[in-house]
Amino acid sequence: MSPVSQGAPPETPRDPASTAETEESLWWLASAPLAWVLHLLATYLTAANYCAKAAEDASLTGVRLAIAGYTAVALLALVLLARRGWRRHRAGESLGPHDFDTRADRHRFLGFTLFLLSGAAILGVAFAALPAVFMETCR
Amino acid sequence: MRNRALTIAPLLFAGCEGVQSALAPAGRDAERIANLFWAMVVGGGVVWLIVMAVAVYGARAKHEHSEKLAGRFILWGGVVFPTVTITALLIGGLALLPPTLDLGPDEPRLAVVGEQFWWRARYRQGDQWVEVANELHLPTGRRTAMTLESPDVIHAFWVPSLGGKVDTIPGRTNHIAYEPTRAGTYRGACTEYCGQAHALMAFHVVAEEPAAFETWLAHQAEPATEPTDAEATRGAALFLEHGCGACHAVRGTEAAGVIGPDLTHVGSRAHLGGVLPNDTASLVRFIREPEAIKPDVRMPAFTTLSDAETAAIAHYLEGLR
Ligand code: HEC
Ligand SMILES: [Cu+2]
Repeated sequence: MSPVSQGAPPETPRDPASTAETEESLWWLASAPLAWVLHLLATYLTAANYCAKAAEDASLTGVRLAIAGYTAVALLALVLLARRGWRRHRAGESLGPHDFDTRADRHRFLGFTLFLLSGAAILGVAFAALPAVFMETCR
Repeated sequence: MRNRALTIAPLLFAGCEGVQSALAPAGRDAERIANLFWAMVVGGGVVWLIVMAVAVYGARAKHEHSEKLAGRFILWGGVVFPTVTITALLIGGLALLPPTLDLGPDEPRLAVVGEQFWWRARYRQGDQWVEVANELHLPTGRRTAMTLESPDVIHAFWVPSLGGKVDTIPGRTNHIAYEPTRAGTYRGACTEYCGQAHALMAFHVVAEEPAAFETWLAHQAEPATEPTDAEATRGAALFLEHGCGACHAVRGTEAAGVIGPDLTHVGSRAHLGGVLPNDTASLVRFIREPEAIKPDVRMPAFTTLSDAETAAIAHYLEGLR
C-alpha cells in the first residue's frame, strides 16, 4: 500500500463556506435549457393552435404579441440565470478551467456551465422568436 | 492532369443548367432563392478558407501565444463570429418568406391538385374552370397565385427553375405563387414521397408571353376536336366502348370521367404522364402497360385490346390537339 494520495485532497482553507454544493445544485444546470424548451413549446403551441382554428390568411398579430411576451419573459429569466452562473464562475480567485477536485472549483465549474448554457439558450430563444417578426398571417 | 481537370470542370457545372435547376432561375422567387444559395456558398467558402489557414498556422507556429490572446481568439472567432453570421443568415432567409408568400391582389386563378401519380390543374376562365393535366402554362412577367390540394396523400409541388416548394396536404389548401421572368419550358417534380411512382410524378410548366398564354388557355377551354379520319373515328368509338371515359374526360364527347387526367387536348401536350415524350409509341405503352411506366399507377392495363385497336385509340388521342 502506498502511503501517498489516499482519500480526498484537503480543501483550500480560503474556500468560502457559501461554495458548498448540495446534490440539488445540479438542477440549476437544467434550468436554462428548460426555459428554452418552455419558450419553444409555448410559441409553437400558440401559433399552431390558433392557426388550426383560424382562417388561412388570418392575421397573426395576437400570436405575435403573445410570442413577444413569452420571449421577453424567457430572455429575462435567462439573463438572470446567466448572471447567477457568472457570479459563481468568478467566485474566489481562480479563472482557470475549474477542474480541481475541490469544493470551490465544483462551485465555479457549475457556475460557468450554467453561464454557457444560458448563453446558448438565449440564442435559441431569440432564433425561435425571429420568424414571428416576419410572418404576418397564418399562411 | 491539368488537361483532365479542364475537361471535367464543365461537366460539373452542366448539372446547373437545364429545365429543372434552382441554379438557373427563370422566376422572381427562384432568383431570390438562388441568391441566398450563392451567398451561403461564398460565405461558407470564405469561412472554410479562414479555418484552414488558421489550422495550417496552428500546426506550423513554433512560438507560444499568451493565454489571454488565445482566450480572445476563442471568444471572437468561436462565439461572436459564428453567432453574428448565423443570425444574419437566418434573418436573410426569413426575409425571403413574405415576398414568396405574396399572392398578389387577385383570387388565385389556378388550382393545382397532386394525385398519385400525376398533376391535375384547373384554370379560372371567366366564370368557368378549365381542367388540364401534367402541363401548366404561366404568363411571364406576372405573378400567378395557385392553390395546392391533394385528395390522397401528401405530395409537394416544386418547379426549381421558377420558385419555392410547398406541400399539397389532404384536407388543407396551401398556396404558392410563381412569377416567371424568362420564357421556356421547365420541369417540376413531386418532392414528398407519395408511393412507388413518386419519382415519376413529374410535370412541365410552359412560361410564355401573356398573349400566348391567353391563346393557349382559350384553346384548352374549347371542347375536343372531332376525329378527322376513319381510324381516329374508330379510335374514338373504342375509347368509349372500353370504358376509358369512366376515368377520363374528353369534353364534347360522352367521356366525362374525373378520376384520371382530362384528355380533351392531350395531343397538345409535349409529354405524356409528365415523363414520356408524347408520341404514338408512348400512347400505346400507356394503354398497354401503364404499370411499366409508373409502378402502382391508378390506371389498369388494357392488355385485351388488339394491336390495331390500341393503335386506333392512340391515333385518336394524338389528334386531340
Ligand atoms: C380506372 C381509371 C382509368 C381507366 C379505366 C383508364 N385510365 Fe387512363 N389514366 C388513369 C389515371 C389515374 C392516369 C394517370 C396516371 C399517372 O400518370 O399517374 C391515366 C393516364 C392516362 C394517360 C396519360 C395522360 C396524360 O396526360 O399524361 C393516357 C393517354 C390514358 N390514361 C389513356 C387511357 C385510355 C386510352 C384508356 C382506355 C383504354 C384509359 N386511359 C383508361 C386512369 C384510368
Ligand atoms: Cu407525389
